[in-house]
Amino acid sequence: MANDNMIVKQLSVFLENKTGRLNHVAEILGKEGINMTAFSVADNSDFGILRVIVHEPERAAKILRDHLFAVSLTDVICLKISNKAGSLSSVLSILEKEDIYIEYMYAFSEGDDANVVIRPDKFEECLAALKKNNIVMWNREQIV
Amino acid sequence: MIWNETVECMDRQRLRDLQSVRLKRVVERVYHNCEPYRKRMQEAGVSPSDINGIEDIAKLPFTSKQDLRDYYPYGLLSSPLSEIVRIHASSGTTGKPIVVGLTRNDLSVWSEVGARCLTAFGLGKNDTVQVAYGYGLFTGGLGAHAAVENIGGTVIPISSGNTQKQILMMRDLGAKALACTPSYAMYLAEAMEASGYPREDFQLRVGVFGAEPWTEEMRRTIEAKLNIKAYDIYGLTEIMGPGVGYECECQHGTHLNEDHFFPEIVDPETGEPLPEGSHGELVFTTLTKEGMPLIRFRTHDLTALHYEKCKCGRTLVRMDKIMGRCDDMLIIRGVNVFPSQIESVLCEAEEFEPHFFITVDRVNNTDTFEVKVEVKPEYYKDDMKGMLELKKSITHKIQNVIGIMPDVKLVEPRSIERSEGKVKRVLDKRVFKN
Repeated sequence: MANDNMIVKQLSVFLENKTGRLNHVAEILGKEGINMTAFSVADNSDFGILRVIVHEPERAAKILRDHLFAVSLTDVICLKISNKAGSLSSVLSILEKEDIYIEYMYAFSEGDDANVVIRPDKFEECLAALKKNNIVMWNREQIV
Repeated sequence: MIWNETVECMDRQRLRDLQSVRLKRVVERVYHNCEPYRKRMQEAGVSPSDINGIEDIAKLPFTSKQDLRDYYPYGLLSSPLSEIVRIHASSGTTGKPIVVGLTRNDLSVWSEVGARCLTAFGLGKNDTVQVAYGYGLFTGGLGAHAAVENIGGTVIPISSGNTQKQILMMRDLGAKALACTPSYAMYLAEAMEASGYPREDFQLRVGVFGAEPWTEEMRRTIEAKLNIKAYDIYGLTEIMGPGVGYECECQHGTHLNEDHFFPEIVDPETGEPLPEGSHGELVFTTLTKEGMPLIRFRTHDLTALHYEKCKCGRTLVRMDKIMGRCDDMLIIRGVNVFPSQIESVLCEAEEFEPHFFITVDRVNNTDTFEVKVEVKPEYYKDDMKGMLELKKSITHKIQNVIGIMPDVKLVEPRSIERSEGKVKRVLDKRVFKN
């Protein structure tokens, strides 16, 4: 796939919806010195899916699997946009024009920047559209 | 291979004659040696002289599990304690255990019927059998042990538990057969995979599985996971531990050793004998037992019996797989539910592990019915929609089989307890239960 470096591997971890499960993951990763750059939880009444961006996703996945967690690696794109009104909308408009659907996304902002993790349905088209419009993306090495 | 062709392939009329002689003898025995039996028969207006053959068996009163508890520990013995050489007991979940006493001759019958089973599984004097049933009061360990010795095989009496050691012994000693509960076999299969030893390191070919009901689907799963042929060995503590019945190579039902254990099928509600081939409750009369013979013992196991000669050449009756026990059966919202039904659904669904846990409760006068299941690690999905679809599909599959909608909970890998013995898969929190 083109733009290989821009494809970020996200950890997806299945968690039962009960006290302490998220902390258990955080503890394991913490002990191994793995920092969570970004994460979100999608949940319903009995289970949740924890999605995490880390520097060494393959190593983190192996560690969690050794602790019997169900972990998969999912391709996502991390955008860097400016932290001001209207900037998200301008990116989403690009994707809308290309008929690209976003399965889920999560974001955090810091100072002048806002970071957005997206999981599009048509991965290559999405990357191409973002590049064409000069949207800044994180590459894998930038995640610490 | 057949251990005792004379009996296992006996003409059915001759077999009935043998059963008739033996029934008369055992009825005499209990009548004269066991007070509760004498009383029970007198109350029913039957005396030993009324029993002229096996066809008269229905005149005799039943024996229940409760009787074994009521006459705990030795009230139902028909031999003096001086003749008893071995005690076994079953893990009673409610109150007192059930205790049985065996004479020297009972032990010899037991190792005879056990030998028939192992021979039918293709085992012989050149084979090593790892007995991972518990040794002790439970009949599994010592029962299987005696059977292996009788055929002249080599027994590894490792007993249950200590899974890592099991794997090591099985590998290093070249065990050809593994004898344990089917649920422990599943557990061992996973542990063997995790151990990292390649399959070629093991010589395992045959599974000798029993002591709990298991389904055809579970058999296929175990056979695939362990790359073995899995056979059912049937038994129950009250009658004679493992060896009461066994599958031959045709695996077309479980042959019962009916020259020693006479089976009947009765209506579980009324106790009326049912016609050949009907489903109902299995009842046994021990025809040759001395220590603690039981007359028309109600097993609570639900099954059917078939009398046509088997392709293997045996004429011994064939019993269908036990579909459950009357007392395993849960009544949820008025519907009869057997845990084995859920197991068979899970074994057939490729995305799920065969392990489950049922919790039944009553909230606002309605039964709740929760089933915890594990998705296989490779089938967990990143998207919520996909996971919810998995949950929905298994909910429907279970509902299709049992008729009521379960509240399915997807849980994390290996969070459902794996058992090293008999597995506990049901928690019934309803308070009205007696």
